[in-house]
Amino acid sequence: MDKPLTAFRYKIQKNHMRREVPIIICFLAGFFFIGNYFSPRLQPVAQVVNQWAIICIAFAYVLGVANILRVNYQVIKRKGRDWLYKIVLVAGLFIMLYFGIFGGVKEGTTFNWIFYNAMYPMQATMFALLAFYIASAAFRAFRIRSFQAALLGITAVLVMIGRVPVGEYIWKDFPPFVEWIMNVPQLAAKRAIMIGAALGAISTGLKVLIGLEKTYMGGE
Amino acid sequence: MKEFFEKLEKLDRRVIFIFVATALILPLFLPLNIKFSTTPPVQSFYDAIEFLTPGSKVLLSVDYDPGSMPELWPMHLAAVRQLCRKDIKIISSQLWATGSPLAERAFNEIAVGEFNKKYGVDFVNLGFKEGREVVMVSMGNSIPQTFPTDYHGNKTKDLSIMKEVKNFSDLAIIVNISGGLPGTKEWILQVQSRFHIKLISGCTAVSAPEFYPYLQSGQLSGLLGGMKGAAEYEQLMGKPGLGTKGMDSQSVAHIVIFFFILVGNIAYFSLKGMKEESK
Repeated sequence: MDKPLTAFRYKIQKNHMRREVPIIICFLAGFFFIGNYFSPRLQPVAQVVNQWAIICIAFAYVLGVANILRVNYQVIKRKGRDWLYKIVLVAGLFIMLYFGIFGGVKEGTTFNWIFYNAMYPMQATMFALLAFYIASAAFRAFRIRSFQAALLGITAVLVMIGRVPVGEYIWKDFPPFVEWIMNVPQLAAKRAIMIGAALGAISTGLKVLIGLEKTYMGGE
Repeated sequence: MKEFFEKLEKLDRRVIFIFVATALILPLFLPLNIKFSTTPPVQSFYDAIEFLTPGSKVLLSVDYDPGSMPELWPMHLAAVRQLCRKDIKIISSQLWATGSPLAERAFNEIAVGEFNKKYGVDFVNLGFKEGREVVMVSMGNSIPQTFPTDYHGNKTKDLSIMKEVKNFSDLAIIVNISGGLPGTKEWILQVQSRFHIKLISGCTAVSAPEFYPYLQSGQLSGLLGGMKGAAEYEQLMGKPGLGTKGMDSQSVAHIVIFFFILVGNIAYFSLKGMKEESK
């Protein structure tokens, strides 16, 4: 009789820990920061809480590293898809950690040398490839199949040409015309989207704070 | 004829790649030196720094990575140059880990290399701090508490430049060089609207349209959009650099892309016409 009751209590406590406690923390933290935005009196406390948050976020990096190791170790162990790349990833992680912790990160260190001679060119290459893919995508996407597509295509071409020096060479008022496109039609549409998204974010935020939205706790 | 247009409509992307590569590389060796004027957002960015009182302190937030360097590095260098030329003290922080070495290199190249400025007196690199918006808000309360040590491990409060700097109210302006998130938008939402400090931004061309509403509302006091923005800024500074050099390539590449869009549409409408005729 006693055993099932203990198990039942344990289950209830476990559920409390999993659901109610995170909701309470979220509620208190959320409303505290909203209050802090409007009241300078909360500033000293807010500064302490901000420091806690920064420390918590730093700890999240440890979790991130652990997760990378866990996921990639499993793939490497069973020689799954792209397992060789995963070895490079894990090796890169440890190499940078080693040189960063034991050699420092300033100018002239090995860490910095790797940054400038490996990461820098690799990231630049990835970003540079974008130009080629955008050109190819523009060729295929800007077909004038409807009125809306025509509007999009013509505006895109005008902005594209007007925002480089050759546009000004073709027509001296091209840059002011493009600025007008950016400042009037573009801005009106952008502002409408931003206001809509902000209202959505406010309502979702409130739902999270009062516990109506719980998917952030694990998709239930 | 139909086959030709069908081939044209489904043009192999490698052909486009070759044309774009040629358009980008050729002008680097055979510059066209096309003249261009300054747009209002760039002029505002320049004026915002130009009208600062010499000796005042600014925050330079370097929030980008090497991937965005072609667009942001030229404006980053030009901004440091203008700040040094105006004898303004620069406090740099980074919300992107990859921004720290870039901030350091820009200081070494311009502040030390060109102007012989002293670290800790005329400029300081506070380094990277994880926490995104939380770091921004925390800096609004106390910069020395948020960054107790700088990039080199010195105690922030011991540095001469940091004397009398508590929070944003002790700074004249925030200059943000932004490659994405966290970046300009977060600086506007979390800092400008809250602490009412002047903010100017240099960002990638793709994210510039997003900031036009803030520019119009006055929340952003100046904007450099992509390499063109950097080139205009360099021109205002009277010192053409990497941004200006890239303008010819960008011009020709845009013309090539326009040409392909045109060709694609000619093929599309020709095929459409032929199909209707055969019906």
